[in-house]
Amino acid sequence: MKTWHMIIDVEKCEDCNNCLLACKDEYVNNEWKGYSKPQPNLGQKWINVQRKERGTFPLIDVAYRPTPCMNCDDAPCIKASKGCASKRSDGIVIIDPEKSKGREDLVKSCPYDVIWWNAELNIPQKCTFCAHLKDEGWKEPRCVQVCPTGALRIENLTDEEFSQIIENEKLEVLHKELKTSPRVYYKNLYRFEKCFIVGSVSIKKDGIVDCAEDARVVLYKEKVKIEESITDNYGDFKFDKLDEDSGEYTLEVSYKDKKSKTITVNVAKSINVGEILFD
Amino acid sequence: MRYTNNTNGGPVFVYVKAGKIIRITPIDFDDKDADPWTIKAKGKSFTPPKKTTVSPHTMAWKSMIYSPDRIKYPMKRVDFDPNGERNPQNRGVSGYERISWDEALDIVAGEIKRVKKDHGPGAIMNGSGSHHTWGALGYWLGARIRFFNTIGWTPIAHNPDSWEGWFWGATHHWGHSSRNGGGEAYSTVEDCMQNSEMVVFWSSDPESTSGVYGASEGTIRRMWLKELGIKMVHIDPFYNHTAALMGGKWIAPKVGTDSAMILAIAYVWITEDLYDKEYVATRTIGFDIWKDYILGGDDGILKTPEWQETETGVPAKDVRALAREWGTKKTYLTAGGITGFGGACRTATGTDWARGVVCLMGMQGMGKPGVNMGGVQQGTPVDTRFYFPGYAEGSMSGDFTGPGHGTTLYQRMPQLPSVNTVKQVVPRLRIPEAVIDGKTSGYSTDPMSIEGQFFEYKYPAPGHSPVKMYYKYGGSHFGTMPDTNRYVNMYRTDSLEFVVNQSIWHEGESKFADVILPACTNFERFDISEFANCGGYIFNSFTQVNNRVAVMQHKCIEPIGESKSDIEIFLEISKRLELANPFSEGHSEFDWCKRFFDATDLKTKISWKKFLKRGYYVIPPTTEESRDPVSMRWFAEGKEKDTPELTPLPGDYTEEYRKGLQTQSGKIEFESSSLKRFDPDDPDRLPIMKYVASWEGPSTKELYDKYPLQLMSPHPRYTFHTQSDGKESTINDISEHRALIDGYYYWIARINASDAKARGIKENDLVKLYNDRGAVICAAKLTERVPPGTVHSYESSAKYDPVGEPGKSADRGGCINQLTPSRMIIKKSHGAGYMSCLIEVKKWDGKEVAI
Repeated sequence: MKTWHMIIDVEKCEDCNNCLLACKDEYVNNEWKGYSKPQPNLGQKWINVQRKERGTFPLIDVAYRPTPCMNCDDAPCIKASKGCASKRSDGIVIIDPEKSKGREDLVKSCPYDVIWWNAELNIPQKCTFCAHLKDEGWKEPRCVQVCPTGALRIENLTDEEFSQIIENEKLEVLHKELKTSPRVYYKNLYRFEKCFIVGSVSIKKDGIVDCAEDARVVLYKEKVKIEESITDNYGDFKFDKLDEDSGEYTLEVSYKDKKSKTITVNVAKSINVGEILFD
Repeated sequence: MRYTNNTNGGPVFVYVKAGKIIRITPIDFDDKDADPWTIKAKGKSFTPPKKTTVSPHTMAWKSMIYSPDRIKYPMKRVDFDPNGERNPQNRGVSGYERISWDEALDIVAGEIKRVKKDHGPGAIMNGSGSHHTWGALGYWLGARIRFFNTIGWTPIAHNPDSWEGWFWGATHHWGHSSRNGGGEAYSTVEDCMQNSEMVVFWSSDPESTSGVYGASEGTIRRMWLKELGIKMVHIDPFYNHTAALMGGKWIAPKVGTDSAMILAIAYVWITEDLYDKEYVATRTIGFDIWKDYILGGDDGILKTPEWQETETGVPAKDVRALAREWGTKKTYLTAGGITGFGGACRTATGTDWARGVVCLMGMQGMGKPGVNMGGVQQGTPVDTRFYFPGYAEGSMSGDFTGPGHGTTLYQRMPQLPSVNTVKQVVPRLRIPEAVIDGKTSGYSTDPMSIEGQFFEYKYPAPGHSPVKMYYKYGGSHFGTMPDTNRYVNMYRTDSLEFVVNQSIWHEGESKFADVILPACTNFERFDISEFANCGGYIFNSFTQVNNRVAVMQHKCIEPIGESKSDIEIFLEISKRLELANPFSEGHSEFDWCKRFFDATDLKTKISWKKFLKRGYYVIPPTTEESRDPVSMRWFAEGKEKDTPELTPLPGDYTEEYRKGLQTQSGKIEFESSSLKRFDPDDPDRLPIMKYVASWEGPSTKELYDKYPLQLMSPHPRYTFHTQSDGKESTINDISEHRALIDGYYYWIARINASDAKARGIKENDLVKLYNDRGAVICAAKLTERVPPGTVHSYESSAKYDPVGEPGKSADRGGCINQLTPSRMIIKKSHGAGYMSCLIEVKKWDGKEVAI
């Protein structure tokens, strides 16, 4: 039995919002009988691009995380719905636009905040993976069709086939602890959920400061070596995928025959330790 | 029913049911369409997908067509009486009443006759925004030109607003006047992928600007560069979207100081022997003079990386590291989204930046394999021999002297010649002065030769009438031109006896007209065009796309309300002036589409009927063997020019036809012959590029003390200029475009977290950005994407919403350009330095009205 899954690569999303706009194009002013009532022109984001900046000027990165309905296999909205939300055999969760009248409580039932309240029509609404188009033979929902980078993918596969992809591509779900079995999987989620330590090593010689290329930076946590990094031609180094609020780390920085330096940092979120100068 | 149409951000399928557009999607090709090309590089093969991509503003079109801000019927200002009191002082505040088309057209035609009779030639002025809705006929260089030529008009001359420094600066070092000083890009995608080791993006954010009209076509190619392990560096005061997606080193000079960094890079190359001496000796002139300046020969200052640090704020060590890497790796330089654009060229020192980057590439052997200009945004191996003109080639304008008509289209599409008999021009940056003061001057933007830009013209022209009637087309100047309270105030004087605005939507500027004529969108009329083909200053601009697509722009639905197509409105006015035949030649829009089709090579590939039915045609790529030569390769190799360009014109070659560049020496000129001839002592533009600090920036101490933040205002990411901003477009829901606060969608200002903290500003606080020129209310976004001391806010708000008296109060619509300076980029030019702008920012209490 093949069912639908979505794969979102955080590293490939560039915040163009074509997905959000294509979704609005499909649902604003359009009723898809049995699937969805019209979405209001403004205010709802069935696929909501979240933004995350890490670091401080000038050593930063920025990532984006499109967030549609997870179409959970163990969906809290279905549990709360008293029959007005259900799962199709292809995996898609549909909130019945007729039966769900007045059910604002469904908005709160969703731990992912992806159900929206339509005050004018008095109904909860959300992403349907473009089920009406799939039933007409379309191969992709609108958001996937307009994604310029391939950050969004849709796969129609058996559970076995898909679990292979999860393993091969190291996919994760959002809020695994909620145990809702989402059908939306993420790649490179570390850009959103983990943090980094960055810095620049430099060397002063004859009064001139230059970037220290090939400096060796070793990261320790409670005296245990975690990772080692060699600086690039700008003297920059980066240790990524650290846990936020993970406490004290020690950096040991060495450059050629210079006496090595030790720096202690306290990691709450991503941190730029700035310039480390050898002279 | 599935129709086709085209937009500023890609061609589309349009699904229509019961007379209503239900869906707009990019075009996915099928088996009948030609397959795309393949590039082989470093042992891998790369083929783009068989489909078109779209820009965000294209995906918002449905909401724009059905926007509640559509102008649905003709209107007249309530206190405007063409036969009595006109009350120009109330423009922008008095409301409108609905009138019939007959009444509206009678007023407009009557006023055209009256001002010509009362004042003489030149009394009617027309200007459009830089951009209109897509289509060869309906864009601003087609039907509009023919209509105004037919009635006689004073055109508003555009400053080269996206090219500025390139046109006024770079031209003098490498020619390319026909490209406004920008460069060509033939086959550079393949060369970059095969031969380069690094790409430097300097003031270049194609992921935001799509080159221009290029949708997301270049994105996949840049991802290929990453896959090929080609390093990237991003030089921009803003950590832009290309940097964010592609990664690589980010270097952030203070706005308007880039030219100091250029000199320091050249200093490292000279002192560490990292440049191509043989190329400099044989392909350039004047290097020793520039070298002498860099080494302190004339001012005693060594232009070291340490020296530049005091100007740019970029650590010397980073510039040295960049220069060393650049000097040893085969490097492509992408300066601007395409070669010719970039925010840095829109600063006070924009001419120096553009001149400088050409000089840098002159030191590195531009044209040799892997060493060239471009960031794979342009230069795909599509077929450039297949003839299909862009909108700037003039379509039905009949004007063989204005747009590119005379050079490329006129012979193929015979039509009645159309000539403007009025020899008067108003420079766009000086419209308010022309109207209010009654006199001004400007420099010509004639791109035919390098010297075309040296001609100063005066307004009013000898024996011509000052402008008395303003026929405005659309509404973008408040959002896009500098110091725009000037434009607001202009409307409220009695110098303009009559203002008519022909517009699709209510935008800031339309509400200052006496009569408003409702135009329809390109989805409500017929037109014909090609994806990303503008022609004109970006000849063969379609090399931005992966698949060339010619599109029949079907009339998908009937015009909304009583709106009419531009051509129909022009025809109705022409009829009232007995000028219908000279304007239309008796042909409808649909007939003109057929005439245009017959002028292209399409007719050899597909019948008119089949084209109408299918709606598009994919122009097949050439074979691998017959791809165009790489731009500038001929030059590097000392051969004849072999790229498919019409320019330089034959008379501009110094020695032999097709040998050398357009410059007097035929070489890259570190010391410019044209500037030496024109004015060798002009401190704004000396024959060699030197560092001159911005006339508004950290070096203007007194002003900087008062306004300590530099405001950068690049072209917007989500909208196309003002198109698709405001108007309840779905774009407004993008939280990086506008922020919804207390029920109002505010424009966004990005401010470094430390600057925000110092002013007690938090995320999404309403803030007032201000200086002596104006005040704009924005929503604050706190970020590390700008250095401390820099504020980033895109230009091009479509909305002008003064909280008090127009022109004299703060604007909460978001027209950032109210703050930008109207001073010319250099005195002898018609160009602006929008991005050299000092401001202060403070929390807005929601009450304060004054500037």
